[in-house]
Amino acid sequence: MNRLTPQVILVLTLIALAIIAPLGIYPIFLMKGLCFGLFAAAFNLLLGYVGLLSFGHAMFFGFSAYVTAHAAKEWGLTPELAILAGIATAAALGAVTGWLAIRRSGIYFAMVTLAFSQMMYFVAVQAPFTHGEDGIQGVPRGRLFGLIDLNDTIVMYYFVLAVFVASLLLIHRIITSPFGQVLKAIRDNEPRAISLGYQVDRYKLLAFVLSAGLAGLAGSLKALVFQLASLTDVHWHASGEVVLMTLLGGVGTVFGPTVGAFLVVAIQNYLSEVGSWVTIIQGVIFVVCVLLFRSGMIGVMTPWLKRRGITG
Amino acid sequence: MMTILGIPVQALFGQLLLGLINGAFYAMLSLGLALIFGLLNIVNFSHGALYMMGAFVAWLLLNFLGMGYWTALIVTPVVVAIFGMIVERTMLRRLYKLDHLYGLLLTFGLALIIEGAFRQLYGISGMPYAVPKELQGGWNLGFMFLPIYRGWVVVASLVLCLGSWLLIEKTKLGSYLRAATENPSLVQAFGINVPMMVTLTYGFGVALAAIAGVLAAPIYSVNPLMGSNLIIVVFAVVVIGGMGSILGAVITGFMLGLVEGLTKVFYPEAASTVIFVVMAIVLMIKPAGLFGKRS
Repeated sequence: MNRLTPQVILVLTLIALAIIAPLGIYPIFLMKGLCFGLFAAAFNLLLGYVGLLSFGHAMFFGFSAYVTAHAAKEWGLTPELAILAGIATAAALGAVTGWLAIRRSGIYFAMVTLAFSQMMYFVAVQAPFTHGEDGIQGVPRGRLFGLIDLNDTIVMYYFVLAVFVASLLLIHRIITSPFGQVLKAIRDNEPRAISLGYQVDRYKLLAFVLSAGLAGLAGSLKALVFQLASLTDVHWHASGEVVLMTLLGGVGTVFGPTVGAFLVVAIQNYLSEVGSWVTIIQGVIFVVCVLLFRSGMIGVMTPWLKRRGITG
Repeated sequence: MMTILGIPVQALFGQLLLGLINGAFYAMLSLGLALIFGLLNIVNFSHGALYMMGAFVAWLLLNFLGMGYWTALIVTPVVVAIFGMIVERTMLRRLYKLDHLYGLLLTFGLALIIEGAFRQLYGISGMPYAVPKELQGGWNLGFMFLPIYRGWVVVASLVLCLGSWLLIEKTKLGSYLRAATENPSLVQAFGINVPMMVTLTYGFGVALAAIAGVLAAPIYSVNPLMGSNLIIVVFAVVVIGGMGSILGAVITGFMLGLVEGLTKVFYPEAASTVIFVVMAIVLMIKPAGLFGKRS
């Protein structure tokens, strides 16, 4: 990362674009895209690099949002502490559900995670602190470290952007580390990884907890941006959406999930007036992606980018 | 009034009946899922949506063509099965050589399309569907009041499940099916049209879901969301039972319906989560599922 490779230049250009983006684009929309981009990147860490399809990631996203909202509103914690509380909850939830779910693989893993997520949805419906259908409204954004006032939308945007960039760097670090190499070995050939002496289950569980914690971070940010934590974020639809974002952008690519997230958020924004068409279009995108381009947007563009030496 | 453990007998048996009815739907749907998974290696996420479609087709037949319940019970599964077989021929067929996850994703997309389309057309407030004349009213059994229609649903579901089991385990056609589940290329080498059998199996599984939908129409109102709420519980049932055995799927379905009913009596707060808790326990003790062969 010391030399100015085309890759580094691309990343720096994207960051520069993101910094000036609020001049031309509605910052709330950008923040929503970044939150879901981070959510999808966290999900992709599991699907793209360990080969585990979790159909229940909304439980981490949504519950973390609830805990952050509750901590900020009822306990009066500063935003960074509220976010940490959210991440801790999501990671703990990930440790328990992951411990159970990795006993099965493939489609069973998907069904188990979906079922646990539905259970957490029912818990969210009944638990008093989530306020049921109303959700937790009017969450104060507060002052970051007690100093920086996040109520200014532009300040909030740069905070979200900074967290987003740091998290993506962390994910990049994870997948290029020796740990990440083992994860990819498990994805490509699990029996082989076992025969090489790796404790596959431990690696899977750690990856699951990391993914859950990062998904929780995304949920916490979203709760502060929209000052709301609601049942929408724990519903299975949210789990499906994050799968869609990743599939659309490109499974197992660094930028794919973010690209997919912005596309899906844009579709939701433009079509929010026309009722169930959003659901239908999301379904059609799923079908088209699975049948025609399984490598996603970034995957389709990769050969083109490679010729120009941009992606390695 | 008589009580057991402080619960009035009427309430206890009432909830057990409700549990049995839920169990009947779990059994019919997980049976279809297991059949489809056996031969196609696809977890049919659209199963819930097709169940909902079954209820809607019955409602549409009644309101636009004047076809009554009994005709709908025959026509609906045929209509939905044809829809399912077209989907299998045009889309699912392309995925058999790929990772199983793609089948799950594709059928999830289909479920969104079907659900979204019915929501767009009919909104989310349910439509009533009257109980057929012949099955109205109820019997007083002394210890409880049994609405005839509910009894009919349980009996019909048991007959369907048992019939499917006999068809698969005891007939020649069923033996082909089981052989093709084990080794499709070998069965094809014997001159049996396996691709056709795959299509028909998918159609059969889907038809079961559609019949379940028609049976459900008079009990729950006909509602675009009825399928997605059910399918996730059915997935948990399938994880608990394991998809290796037809009879296992049916027994697990009824059993969990009863467990849910009992929970509603003794600890109502946990009624919606109890099946998932059972799933967690089964994963801890017997990860392959109660009737599962493969892990």
